[in-house]
Amino acid sequence: MIPFLKSTAAIVWKDIKTEWRTRENLSAMLVFSLLVILIFNFALELDLRARESLAGGVLWATFIFAGTIGLNRSMAVEKDRGCLDGLLLAPVDRSAIFVGKTVGNLFFMLVVEAIVLPVYSFLYGISVFQPGFLLVVLLGSIGYSAVGTLLATMVVQTRTRDILLPILLFPLTLPVVIAAVKASQGFIQSVPFAEISVWVNILITYDLIFLAVAIMVFDYILEE
Amino acid sequence: MLDKPRLLTGLDILSALMVLIAAALVFFYAPVEQLMGQVQKVFYFHVATAWVGMLGFMVAGVAGVLYLRTEKEKWDIAGLGAVEISLVFFMVAIIMGSIWARPIWNTWWTWDPRLTTAAIVELIYAAYLLLRSGLDDPGKRARFSAIYAIFGFFSVPLTFISIRLVRTIHPVVIGSAEAASQGGFNMDAPMKTAFFFSLAAFSVFFADLLWHRIRMGKLQSKVNQLRYQSYEKES
Repeated sequence: MIPFLKSTAAIVWKDIKTEWRTRENLSAMLVFSLLVILIFNFALELDLRARESLAGGVLWATFIFAGTIGLNRSMAVEKDRGCLDGLLLAPVDRSAIFVGKTVGNLFFMLVVEAIVLPVYSFLYGISVFQPGFLLVVLLGSIGYSAVGTLLATMVVQTRTRDILLPILLFPLTLPVVIAAVKASQGFIQSVPFAEISVWVNILITYDLIFLAVAIMVFDYILEE
Repeated sequence: MLDKPRLLTGLDILSALMVLIAAALVFFYAPVEQLMGQVQKVFYFHVATAWVGMLGFMVAGVAGVLYLRTEKEKWDIAGLGAVEISLVFFMVAIIMGSIWARPIWNTWWTWDPRLTTAAIVELIYAAYLLLRSGLDDPGKRARFSAIYAIFGFFSVPLTFISIRLVRTIHPVVIGSAEAASQGGFNMDAPMKTAFFFSLAAFSVFFADLLWHRIRMGKLQSKVNQLRYQSYEKES
């Protein structure tokens, strides 16, 4: 267990370090998500009432689009510069590579969310800083980045890799989107927790199932 | 390998007969439903095609697991074949459902759990075909599409449950008290006969098509092999 955690941590640390040197991926995700919010502002005419009832949807659409950019880049960089082969040569468990990459992608997604959420609540006067809401953001991002990392590893090896990731990822992560939007919306509109808990349960179920399946099948993706 | 198995020819004939009999039962044996009239007859084949559609996607998921475990080409072909057949049958089910929904619900489409899940399933397996077309290496293609089929297999029920929690108006024909208000109805005996016979007929039809598809896939890889060999001899 300890070597597994160590090698996972090493991969996460490598990702954070390389990202910190250029910050190009993070800044692209961030600017992109602010632009998406701007577009939603005009596309949906976010007036006072609509703001309350649409906030969950707008936020999650933003996170998901931004997440796709990050996922695509994170694996493309590994592939193009031949780092993937290096990773494969390393004497570590393959699933440690998967967990490491997932945690890295999750971390970047959370950083973007940590900046977008305050900006959003500043712009629209919505209180998002409730422990329950933040838990939903975390659970949703875990499921999304786990499935996203696995699919991105497949997609970078295809011919049509720039367009394929969202096409594969969006229909599979629909349960995450539905549950996360509903739960976030519930917290924003201060619905009693008893009504939200079912969505939180779906998120937890999804995360557990897909993390387990992804860890089981990841070996087959990197086989040469 | 090259000859068509006898059993397959038998299955061809059996499935053709069964589908014809099912159609005859639907049109001449089952009574016209009182409230909805003739359009209710869509129901028999609608449920049967939707059932075959779901069955195929389950087969694809199972074939995915079997492929990853055994690495045998036949499971890859079976998975692909099941997805291809199911895409068509599911599309037929959706179109038939729309034909029914227009007079009964007064709309072609609603975002009800079953309809939405059907749309998502079509998109997932369309993505499956796109993924395959982006990969040239056969081994990689088989492995990746097996994994994607397994993921779809797990994701579809969760999608269905989550949308169901949001809303539903699709009639639950079997075992529902308030079905009548949504366009549901109780089946009498001839209706049940026609219904279950249609289900059986389309299941046999599906097995027949899948067998043909697997056979075709095997022949295809055989042809590719031969082509490759002759190419090697020439050069």
